[in-house]
Amino acid sequence: MVVDTSATEFETQDLLLNVGPQHPSTHGVFRMVLEIDGELVKDLVPYIGYLHRGAEKLCENNDFRQGIGYMDRTEYLAAHNAELSYVMAVEALAEIEVPERAQWIRMILCELNRISSHFMFLGAFGVDVGVFGTPFIYGWRERERIIDLFEEISGDRMMFAYFRAGGLAWEVPLNFPERVREVLESARQGVKDFDGLLTQNEIFIARTKNVGVITADDAIEMGMSGPTIRASGVPLDLRKTEPYLQYDQISFETITADGGDVFDRYLVRLQEISQSIDLIEQCLERLEDGPIMPEKMPRMLRLPEGEVYIRTEAPRGEYGIYMVSKGGNKPHRLKVRSACLSNLQALKQMCVGQYVADAIIVLGSIDIVLSEVDR
Amino acid sequence: MSTEIFGFDGVNVWVDGLVRVLLIVGFMTVVVMGLIYGERKILARFQQRLGPTRTGPVGLLQSVADALKLVGKEDLRPRNADAWTFELAPYLVFVPVFLGFVIVPFVLDWQVRILELGLLYFVAVTGINIVGWIMAGWGSDNRYAMIGGMRAAAQGISYELPLVLSLLAVAMVVEVPSDSATGESLRGSLNLNEIIAAQAEIPNLVWQPLVLIVFFIAALAELNRTPFDIPVGESEVVGGPFVEYSGIRWSMFFLAEYAALLIMSLIFAAVFLGGWAWPAGLFQDDPWPRWAQALLVTGKAGLFIFMVFWVRASVPRLRIDQLMSFTWKILLPLMFAQVLINGLVLVYDWPEIVLTVTGLVGVLVLVMAVDRAVRHPRPRPAPATQLEGEAAS
Repeated sequence: MVVDTSATEFETQDLLLNVGPQHPSTHGVFRMVLEIDGELVKDLVPYIGYLHRGAEKLCENNDFRQGIGYMDRTEYLAAHNAELSYVMAVEALAEIEVPERAQWIRMILCELNRISSHFMFLGAFGVDVGVFGTPFIYGWRERERIIDLFEEISGDRMMFAYFRAGGLAWEVPLNFPERVREVLESARQGVKDFDGLLTQNEIFIARTKNVGVITADDAIEMGMSGPTIRASGVPLDLRKTEPYLQYDQISFETITADGGDVFDRYLVRLQEISQSIDLIEQCLERLEDGPIMPEKMPRMLRLPEGEVYIRTEAPRGEYGIYMVSKGGNKPHRLKVRSACLSNLQALKQMCVGQYVADAIIVLGSIDIVLSEVDR
Repeated sequence: MSTEIFGFDGVNVWVDGLVRVLLIVGFMTVVVMGLIYGERKILARFQQRLGPTRTGPVGLLQSVADALKLVGKEDLRPRNADAWTFELAPYLVFVPVFLGFVIVPFVLDWQVRILELGLLYFVAVTGINIVGWIMAGWGSDNRYAMIGGMRAAAQGISYELPLVLSLLAVAMVVEVPSDSATGESLRGSLNLNEIIAAQAEIPNLVWQPLVLIVFFIAALAELNRTPFDIPVGESEVVGGPFVEYSGIRWSMFFLAEYAALLIMSLIFAAVFLGGWAWPAGLFQDDPWPRWAQALLVTGKAGLFIFMVFWVRASVPRLRIDQLMSFTWKILLPLMFAQVLINGLVLVYDWPEIVLTVTGLVGVLVLVMAVDRAVRHPRPRPAPATQLEGEAAS
């Protein structure tokens, strides 16, 4: 019930509540100013840019190999996916044909990274909803195993820089398929754990169902992508709609939900983990020996003039690279299309009229990575 | 006036009272530190961690180290804070909780004072600490603290009702052992010792399953424990009323929180599980030594505490409106019904099995009501503030 304050004698003022950039559940250095009436959010103003490092400009001053490292740092929870867009843009400009084995390995690594990123989401989201630490540890455990595998392959736990224009930096370890299967087994158990802990929990359902709803039309208008738009019922999955790598060779269904609320965003991500596990198993079956780099690669890559926009399906949505080359060994202009930035646009629409506690979980359900938003 | 204390006869009442209170406060502080360690260890096991391991053998000294660190810290007060309110708030949270220990029966005859209106005293005294929460929230001059304080007030007052009603429901049907003079069996007592004595045969949990569950839920809310940790919710209001406190004052809040948990668990053990009495009338004629009784009480209270930790490790936090509708629309009507039925049993002398049956039916109703509210919710009305918010931007 909203009391009509104009009829009463004294005026009341809405409280401005500053959330972030040092708030524990803003997932980094996001800041939003809430205008609240009691516990209801009446207005929301997001502020971004605290983590702006000029990654795009830095890439313009580095050659195509060095740029890969900066891509890792824009999307640190799914670095393989970020690298993939970048190297694919370079490959498209240079017209390099990537060997099949390299493509399969790239797919496996990207899907593994999607799993680890989604687990990270589930863990952080669980904390946002208010479970003390348990889901966080569950998520962290699974992510840790995947990251161990990445470390064995690339030598680094987060900033891999393993993909190269043309293929991969070096061959994967000999026990790669067995290790991947081990990790998948554990991830499958992790999905079960999360399912048991949260999906059917009455309080969890009460908190997340019909909260932060965004309709399909609005979502499209906002330019949302990834699990966030699929939860609104839009079957937009770039792996399916514009297959890259070998995604047209394997079978999978686009996962959607029709509620568009926080619960559906959670559920879509949970199901996508299972889907990715399935995808990786298909990839492993088709993985054959072969070269991982084209025969003739120049020591220093120089691109012809041209421009290209390459987009791939990262865990958070469409991760695009727009690259303009005017010859030479550096891009003339590089623009990263960040999925989180577009998804974040809908925050106000999703939060206004909800409770303060809802604003927190809505923000959590968008699953932002601030270094990707600010770049 | 004089009393007997630990075998010493003729001790002055005031001295006796002081000794007992000091003993309790000292003992409880140590137990509470143990509780904090226990919670960290138990939660860690739930989360596949080890918990504290570095301080002392298996981390046993972790609480001591924490306490020393907190005492050594600077006691900060924000410049804009309301000095008196801010500085006094911890005492208003701390003192009522420890006052509550006055009536808690640890073992037979071992308590500070046996009060005829023990339960009433307990409810009245511990209810005061809500004032401390509001003072902390208001005095800090911090918006998170204020929201937290307001939430604490709303929650504390609302959940006091089912808590009190649940204790009342038990107290009114307790069968007091017959008075030897008149030979008449009396019913209804607020004296905890009598309530325990009445459970020598069968503990109250058999007769009052619904009341037990409602008490547990309301106790969780009173203790601001998950899923009702809304006032202090880390991910929303970042510690709520305590956000500006540091050092010794913060540790007083912390201590009070765990002391409240301990006292609630002892009350639970006394009222529903029969305190020091063995179940099914075992060893009734030949009371066990006090250390065995203490062990039994510890076990029963520990069960409650373990449940609280378990819940904390597994469920999310409720939202403030859900919290309110849960107590006012579900818990309170159920408790009214239970009190009414208990009254009927009392007046018409119905067999006690009626209590069990109606209690179980009540549990079923509770589960169904929650299930219906969660899985088939009514659509939320369109928020009226949305238009204003849109217009403002």
